[in-house]
Amino acid sequence: MRVSVKKWFNNGDPYVWINAGAVAISMVMVFGLLALIASRGLVHFWAHDVVQAEVEAKNGQVYPIIGELVESEMVSAVQLRDAGYTVPDNAEYMQRNLMKIGNRDITGADFRWVLDASLTKRSYPEDIVVMERREWGNFYGYLKQVKEGDVLIAEGRAAWDEFQARIDRALDIYTEIHDIEKGEIGAINSGMERLRLKQRGYELKGTATAENLLAIKEDRALLDATYQQLQAQLIGLYEKINRDQVVVANMDGTEINVDLAKIVRAYKPNAMSIADKIGFYISKFYEFVSDEPREANTEGGIFPAIFGTVLMVIIMSIIVTPFGVVAAVYLREYANQGAITRIIRIAVNNLAGVPSIVYGVFGLGFFIYFVGSGIDQALFPEALPSPTFGTGGLLWASITLAILTLPVVIVATEEGLSRIPRSIREGSLALGATKAETLWRVILPMASPAMMTGVILAIARAAGEVAPLMLVGVVKLAPSLPLDGNYPYLHLDQKFMHLGFHIYDVGFQSPNVEAARPLVYATSFLLVVVIALLNLSAVSIRNRLREKYKALEM
Amino acid sequence: MTESMNNQNELPESVSASSPRTHSIDISSLTRGDHQLNIENEKIALNVNDLRLSYGEKEALHGVNMKIPQKRVTAFIGPSGCGKSTLLRCFNRMNDLVDGVNIQGQVLLEDQNIYDRKVEVADLRRRVGMVFQKPNPFPKSIYENVAYGLRIQGINKKRVLDETVEWSLRSAALWDEVKDRLNDSALGLSGGQQQRLVIARTVAVKPEVLLLDEPASALDPLSTLKIEELIHQLKDDYTIVIVTHNMQQAARVSDYTAFMYMGDLVEFGDTDSLFTNPVKQQTEDYITGRYG
Ligand SMILES: Nc1ncnc2c1ncn2[C@@H]1O[C@H](COP(=O)(O)OP(=O)(O)OP(=O)(O)O)[C@@H](O)[C@H]1O
Ligand SMILES: [Mg+2]
Repeated sequence: MRVSVKKWFNNGDPYVWINAGAVAISMVMVFGLLALIASRGLVHFWAHDVVQAEVEAKNGQVYPIIGELVESEMVSAVQLRDAGYTVPDNAEYMQRNLMKIGNRDITGADFRWVLDASLTKRSYPEDIVVMERREWGNFYGYLKQVKEGDVLIAEGRAAWDEFQARIDRALDIYTEIHDIEKGEIGAINSGMERLRLKQRGYELKGTATAENLLAIKEDRALLDATYQQLQAQLIGLYEKINRDQVVVANMDGTEINVDLAKIVRAYKPNAMSIADKIGFYISKFYEFVSDEPREANTEGGIFPAIFGTVLMVIIMSIIVTPFGVVAAVYLREYANQGAITRIIRIAVNNLAGVPSIVYGVFGLGFFIYFVGSGIDQALFPEALPSPTFGTGGLLWASITLAILTLPVVIVATEEGLSRIPRSIREGSLALGATKAETLWRVILPMASPAMMTGVILAIARAAGEVAPLMLVGVVKLAPSLPLDGNYPYLHLDQKFMHLGFHIYDVGFQSPNVEAARPLVYATSFLLVVVIALLNLSAVSIRNRLREKYKALEM
Repeated sequence: MTESMNNQNELPESVSASSPRTHSIDISSLTRGDHQLNIENEKIALNVNDLRLSYGEKEALHGVNMKIPQKRVTAFIGPSGCGKSTLLRCFNRMNDLVDGVNIQGQVLLEDQNIYDRKVEVADLRRRVGMVFQKPNPFPKSIYENVAYGLRIQGINKKRVLDETVEWSLRSAALWDEVKDRLNDSALGLSGGQQQRLVIARTVAVKPEVLLLDEPASALDPLSTLKIEELIHQLKDDYTIVIVTHNMQQAARVSDYTAFMYMGDLVEFGDTDSLFTNPVKQQTEDYITGRYG
């Protein structure tokens, strides 16, 4: 059966195919990207088997090596030969493996490239131990002894269980120390700081009477006493945590002592079953999303960054929504629909296209240097010369992003307002409602799904924005969360961490590139997930509103 | 008021195929009492003096003079575009919302010109309620729709609201159909129910004058019938002005009829005389269907 081309064109089939193709390509790209970052990032938390082997160096010397095979690539033989390796004559390409060998304190680097061919006598002994340490990265080797000071506690087979039990004990103490240092001592420090500022405030205002100073002194003495007490407690805890050591042997059998206090976890990957590994994976992943970063952000978790991102987006939404809605209501409902309104509308639409770094510069210049220092002069003179709001912080970052996303909210809200049928407005007015009452009771609720659409778009844009944030308050490592138990609880003036910036920092500013790479993927994946979750929650709110105010089709 | 509530029971609640009787209406029983109507004997609710209205350059009403009698039903008829809605919307100043509208002349409501500067438009609209051609319930619950006007007035007492909602829905012959789902969305009602809901909503604020702009044009015969019976009941308490394209409807429900043509009030008189014995040739042409 022959169908003429013309006929085929006219019945619309080609357009359907083109559209379907475009949709398919977009889907493939989106899901391909997600799959890529997910697969690259998420394997990082798996307990890979650790190989023990011998490797032949360029000079023909053979030495032992222990490590994880991370990835491999093909390298041209010419290149290798130029680099001084002995390469068989017939080879054109040779495989080269990247091994994570850890033991940075001994070898100077965690990673090493080795030629696949030079890696001989490979084995996977079950008693290889991997220790994650708070400093110097992973350790790979064998457990020899568990010691308490100089006293030998366990050796050989029995050492492992003893080791595990003592790690758990050390971790508990560590948590206790951490809680005291971050929590109670943090609270004392913030109290001390407030007292210092109070005193300075008295001095500036000239009310530093003996009475006032005495009160401060008493408060300070009180804090000091608590501090001394905590300090004593801490000393005790440190003594306890420093009780245990282990003796471990590295790849060439050299024995070293490691304090248990410096160990995060230890495991024997080659001895683990799949179920063990899955459990390990879950705990590692949980650590990643719930813990603070260690070792220049290349280990540990990214919880502060997640927290900072979410908190900033929420504050941004709280700021941008009322502003955008008020502006849209004015433009649509009250302003004369003349040339000026049209120009304003065009200007607003174009604001959405201004590069975000421009907003960052504006935020820095206007908010931080002008408004922020003004606030400092007026409200926090006692803290000067160190700035309170006159430096980047959560508030300025949120406001900068709120301005960045304002056009989106305005446009979406206006769109929603213009869709509300005239008959509904007239119905309300005819019942004796004023314009304001009509707006408040009928129009705005009906336009609320459109506002939520604006907020959703704003969130999507703000959560992924990095460039302006670098200027207005994001840092690579913040000492504390911007929301905590110390007065005033929400620290709008504090600098904070952000997932987007974290990706940039870990990926491109890190001293340990190889270690950081999977974290870049994992963090990217998490950023996407966080944005998706933020959006989904906004979408679900919108859907609920839509359900409530549906049927605008009159 | 009590009478209208008692009449409630006589309304057809549902019509089955076996009782087509309710489709026809005994006009004489619905419209006129025993006495002959005469505008001279009526109390006047709205007094329109030389009302001119133009939308921008275009004049839509060329000086209308008429007196709308109190507690009667007055119908506006006329061909499409002749200015019926425009005139009606002048009575509660709905036209103020239109850009570029210019209104001259007077409309007196109890000797007060509603276009006077002193008049609060919101108060006026409370006294002169309006029901539109298409039902326009708010996307709220049935209850909240009816209570809307009261809440606007700051009345939030549950007991008062409950009472008024029930009374209004009964007045609009809708109570029995919705009493079990007052908290459901009003948008789930049928078109005819929605229109009665809108009437209930308007009645709830107890206006003096009720303006109905083709209230039944989008409805099926049964709903139309209900609305017409409703008008008949409400007339005891309200001054009603209704715009309609349906001559039979005008004849059935109204006491007085105004015929408009091209922005002029051509003829105004009691419905009987106007339909049986029109004075103007134009009126006769229109009601006999020769144009329009
Ligand atoms: N908002 C408006 N702007 C400009 N002109 C209008 C407006 N509303 C009505 N008109 C014009 O005023 C004239 C009267 O309109 P109106 O709506 O009062 O007619 P009508 O008698 O109600 O007609 P219909 O029976 O079709 O509803 C028409 O010519 C119409 O085009
Ligand atoms: Mg009309």
